[in-house]
Amino acid sequence: MIAVLVRLALLFGGLSLLAFGGGTAVLPDMQRAAVDTYHWMTAPEFLAFFAISRAAPGPGSLIAVLIGQKAAGLLGAAVAGLAMFGPSCVLAYAASHVWHRSAGSAWRQHIEHALAPMAIGLTFASAIVLMRGTEHDWRAYAVTAVATLVLSLTEVNPLFVLAAGAAALLLAGG
Amino acid sequence: MPRSYPIPAPPKPHPRASLPALFHAFLSIGLMSFGGGLAAWIRREVVERRAWLDDQQFLTGYALSQIVPGATNVNLAVFIGAQLRGVLGVLAALAGLMLVPIVLILGAGTLYLRSQATPGWGWIGTALAGMGAVAIGLNIATGIRLAQRNLRGVTAALVTLATTVSIGVLRVPLVEALAVIFPISLALSIWQGGRR
Repeated sequence: MIAVLVRLALLFGGLSLLAFGGGTAVLPDMQRAAVDTYHWMTAPEFLAFFAISRAAPGPGSLIAVLIGQKAAGLLGAAVAGLAMFGPSCVLAYAASHVWHRSAGSAWRQHIEHALAPMAIGLTFASAIVLMRGTEHDWRAYAVTAVATLVLSLTEVNPLFVLAAGAAALLLAGG
Repeated sequence: MPRSYPIPAPPKPHPRASLPALFHAFLSIGLMSFGGGLAAWIRREVVERRAWLDDQQFLTGYALSQIVPGATNVNLAVFIGAQLRGVLGVLAALAGLMLVPIVLILGAGTLYLRSQATPGWGWIGTALAGMGAVAIGLNIATGIRLAQRNLRGVTAALVTLATTVSIGVLRVPLVEALAVIFPISLALSIWQGGRR
C-alpha cells in the first residue's frame, strides 16, 4: 500500500513539472504508467476515466485523482491529486509573485503586449486540438459552429447552450 | 450591563475580492465548467461579471499559466488568487475550483466502474459528446471576443495566427513554438512601443 502511494506521488509529481502547455501534454505518459507499467487499470478503463475527467466540471487533469482512487482508494486519490497539482501550483505562485512585484515597469508592459496575441492564438489552437483529438464528426462540428455563433454574438448563459448541445446530438442520433 | 457606544462605521471593505468572494467565484466556475472550457468560464466570472481583472491582466495570467508547467486552468486560478489576495487567495481559489469537481469525478468514476457491464447507457456518452462540442465552441467564441478587444494592428493578428497554426494545426510542441514566437512578438512590441 505504501509502495503504491510512493509510486503515485513520484509519478504525478514528475508529470506535474513536465506538463508544459497543460495537463493533456502528459496524458500519454500517464497512460503508459497506469496501464502498462503498474497495471492499475486496463486501457479501456483509462479511456473512460479520461472521458469522465473531460466531461465533468473542473480541470481535466483531475484524471490524476481518478487514477489514484483506482490504484489505492481515497488515500491514493489524495496523494495523486496533491502530487499532480502541488509542484506546478508552487511554480505558478512564484511566477505570479515575480510578476506582481514588477507592476508598472516598462519590460512588464512589453511582455504583456507580446503575450496577449499569443494567448488568443492558444485559445483557438486548443479548440482545434480538441476537435481533432476526439471523434468530431459532422454533427459535432455543426454543434460547435452553432455554439460558437450563439456564444460570440449573444449573452445567453453557456449552460443553456451546453444542454442544447447535448440534446442536439441525442436527437441527431450521434 | 455594558454602556452602549455609538456603533463605529465598519472598516471599509476591500474594494476588490474578499476571500469568501474568491472562493464563491471559483466555486461557481468549478460547478459550471461541464465539458471543459474552463478558461472561458474564469474570464466570464473574473473579468466580465466581477471586474476583478481587466482583459490585459487576464490574458497575461492566461499566457503565463500556459508557460508554467501543470494544468493551465489551475495555474490560472493560482495566478488570479495570488494577484488578488496572496497565498490565502490562492488557497481560496483552488478550494473553490476543485472541491466539487473532485467529489463529482470520484463519484462518476465509481459509478462507471460499477455500471461497466450495464447495456443501454450509451446515451450518456452521446450527451457528453454534445456538451463537449459546445465547450469547444465556447473556447472559440472567447477567442473571438478577446481578439475583437485586444488585437491592435496587423502584426499582433499575425502573431495570433502563427500561434494558432503552429500549435493547433502543425502540432508543434508548445515549448518550441513559444520559444520562436515569443521573442518575435516581444521584439515587435518593443519596436512598436518605440515608434509610438
